[in-house]
Amino acid sequence: MTPDIDKLTKLAAQVRRDIVRMVHGCQSGHPGGSLGCADYFVALYFHALKHNKDFNMDGTGEDLFFLSNGHISPVWYSVLARSGYFDVSELATFRKINSRLQGHPTTHEGLPGIRVASGSLGQGMSVAIGAALAKKLNNDGRVVYSLHGDGELQEGQTWEAAMYASHNKVDNLISAIDVNGQQIDGSTETVLSLGNLRAKWEAFGWDVLDMNGNDMADVVRVLDLALAKTGKGKPIMILMQTMMGNGIDFMMHSHKWHGVAPNDEQLALALAQVEETHGDY
Amino acid sequence: MKKYTYTEKKDTRSGFGAGLLEAGKRNEQVVALCADLIGSLKMDAFIKEFPDRFFQIGIAEANMMGIAAGLTIGGKIPFTGTFANFSTGRVYDQIRQSIAYSDKNVKICASHAGLTLGEDGATHQILEDIGMMKMLPGMTVINPCDYNQTMAATIAIADHHGPVYLRFGRPVVPVFTPADQKFEIGKAWMVNEGTDVSIFATGHMVWKAIEAGEKLAEMGISAEIINIHTIKPLDEEAVLKSAAKTKCVVTAEEHNRYGGLGDSIAQVLSTNNPVPQEYVAVNDSFGESGTPDQLMKKYGLDTEDIIKAVQRAMKRK
Repeated sequence: MTPDIDKLTKLAAQVRRDIVRMVHGCQSGHPGGSLGCADYFVALYFHALKHNKDFNMDGTGEDLFFLSNGHISPVWYSVLARSGYFDVSELATFRKINSRLQGHPTTHEGLPGIRVASGSLGQGMSVAIGAALAKKLNNDGRVVYSLHGDGELQEGQTWEAAMYASHNKVDNLISAIDVNGQQIDGSTETVLSLGNLRAKWEAFGWDVLDMNGNDMADVVRVLDLALAKTGKGKPIMILMQTMMGNGIDFMMHSHKWHGVAPNDEQLALALAQVEETHGDY
Repeated sequence: MKKYTYTEKKDTRSGFGAGLLEAGKRNEQVVALCADLIGSLKMDAFIKEFPDRFFQIGIAEANMMGIAAGLTIGGKIPFTGTFANFSTGRVYDQIRQSIAYSDKNVKICASHAGLTLGEDGATHQILEDIGMMKMLPGMTVINPCDYNQTMAATIAIADHHGPVYLRFGRPVVPVFTPADQKFEIGKAWMVNEGTDVSIFATGHMVWKAIEAGEKLAEMGISAEIINIHTIKPLDEEAVLKSAAKTKCVVTAEEHNRYGGLGDSIAQVLSTNNPVPQEYVAVNDSFGESGTPDQLMKKYGLDTEDIIKAVQRAMKRK
């Protein structure tokens, strides 16, 4: 089915509003990476992913998604709520006491849609591989998606997982890296250069695709292409170029908004830039 | 006093291998993972029987823990296998976040625990693993005493839903528990009833406690010996019942004195019924190369050390 790009783009605008409002509401959290990945999450949950909003942990017969860079939880929570996993009103509890919407995603509080805790970086690809192996053992033909930060690649476990997936032909796995070039202490170039990511992933035996992660049409196109490449003996890596803070002008072009909340005035400035398309929570 | 004898010595890791095969036969959801130590972990029989349910991870323990966590999503019951050091300290954060905090049904099976690993030396002789694992909320910690008990424990943990740390060892030790035993997680095993002192022992130290008990009997001391194979959840009722009777306690473990079985027992006693307690444990140090027997003697984990600890404890009554 050809997706309605305009409709997805409008939904991504609402998700961006949710993100800045959630982070403002508790005066903490990570807006930068969340905003940059809003288009990917919307395209994933409203186009690519074959999933059931009546959540069950095993997800038999469904596509699964794992978020490795758990600090961009606001975008995930928004998209899960807008997908019907839980009521959007619950987004107001983000990072507050007694909430299921913990600072970093967890299964511990029973939030539907989450299958493993993440936050301590570098662990998500291994978990996604395990889930993909279980699908193969169960003759479940659906696929597993995972998302990782580019700075997160500095964690060595990612590369253990990368070696394993290609050696063992885990070809029902579609991973993506949010290549925004920023991390807490500065650009990835200055902190610890990642080098040529395409060459690295190809050398590790992955089928590598490029995506403009802030162009909805391209996000949809590459997700479709990635799915078509599953089952051919190689894990698939999408190098997703994004702009940290995308959609809010003063949050872009810097690592500054990685983990900082806007004040009242900044919130008003931000909300003026993204349309309320589906009603604020 | 019950008399314990044995006709053969076997390694507890072989008990794990036999138990894994049996668990695999009983439940097709059981799968196994190994980080390049198949022979050491005695996983060959399982792999031969169930090649599609085995995952060779390579020397990448962090990845192994994550893959195990992922395999549970889809209903698998993963058993990971590597040395105790690489099963815990090396991957503590992976276990903490992806397994324990995520409530994943992973069985972390750890061989070559403690000093009795022997000649490889301190890099491989972990003496802190019980402490690390028991601090994790929701983690079950089991340290069986011989081949039969390790086999029974391995089968039992497949039926228990939740993360488990199963600790066993390298050397051959006497096989003295019944082959047909039913392993009850969290239920202490009465080895011998006595009236003068309670010896709570775990793992390889249970046989040494039995040896000590026989010598103590010759000295006119009646020792109650209890096998604490499950360190968490601890059978507090059994501990308190015995301590109330004998009024002094010795704990024996192949582990650092900080954070192990002794501390778990001390906590129960101090908050319920404080009685004198003496530790037989490694005195906050690393190990070194040597034969298992040499090391157990040098680091104060021998039968004689239990006897001395009993005498100290009884004097403090």
